[in-house]
Amino acid sequence: MTAFSPVSALVGGGLIGLASVLMLAVFGRIAGISGIAVRLLPPYTDRETSGRAAFILGLIAAPLLIWLLTGTRPAAVVEAGPMRLLVAGALVGFGAVYGSGCTSGHGVCGLSRLSRRSFVAVGVFMTTAILTVFVTRHWMGV
Amino acid sequence: MRLALHFAIGLIFGLGLVLSGMSNPAKVLNFLDLAALPTGGWDPSLAFVLGGAVIIGLIGFQTIPRWRHPLLADHFALPTATRIDRRLLIGPAIFGIGWGLAGFCPGPALVALGTGSTEAALLSVAMLAGMAAGRLAAR
Repeated sequence: MTAFSPVSALVGGGLIGLASVLMLAVFGRIAGISGIAVRLLPPYTDRETSGRAAFILGLIAAPLLIWLLTGTRPAAVVEAGPMRLLVAGALVGFGAVYGSGCTSGHGVCGLSRLSRRSFVAVGVFMTTAILTVFVTRHWMGV
Repeated sequence: MRLALHFAIGLIFGLGLVLSGMSNPAKVLNFLDLAALPTGGWDPSLAFVLGGAVIIGLIGFQTIPRWRHPLLADHFALPTATRIDRRLLIGPAIFGIGWGLAGFCPGPALVALGTGSTEAALLSVAMLAGMAAGRLAAR
């Protein structure tokens, strides 16, 4: 059980939107995490690899900064076991790259661009994610 | 300068994910669990995160691409595809199943590395392998 937190959700969401807009304004690119992460793997197609690595390091630094400032480690409560984590990760990585985007690329940037493709993608992944949670939690009880 | 700016943008993105609670998979799964609605266990926060992000995003994405060029690049590199093809249905469908299995999508998985989560590390390794496979399959 986690508590509904509308204010921090809106403010945090606003920061995610701001970061995406900054990426567009400064570098003219989509802040899609799957697109950025996959281009960290060879073969390399352009010269922005170090920039992408710096972006990912910024992501990882965020909870460390909050941990340092508040003395409290941000929560990441995981119920899934190792096998499930491996399968989930492989599906998330494959699906995001094969479908040209994840929750950031299609979700935040795509919806903001009013891209028809992104509206379709978001509808599809929201639906299969909700069905997956329904089946695993309420049918299989895992 | 480019590196520092990339780092800063990543940091802001990550702070948004942590502050909104999205780096915590339990919170994500409790949004996706619509069956918990009647029992009061449903957590609608994720909708507010997406809403907050898209409100700010709309302002930027509807105006900035009209600039002559981005501040530190000579042109905008935005997606040009418009077709709804098989890949656009199959990819997100598979992505959603993985997202629902553990509550991690790519941003939160990488951000959660900074909380010292070994689970996030394990998932991230598999995710990078999946991404490499996804790129091969998309060729």
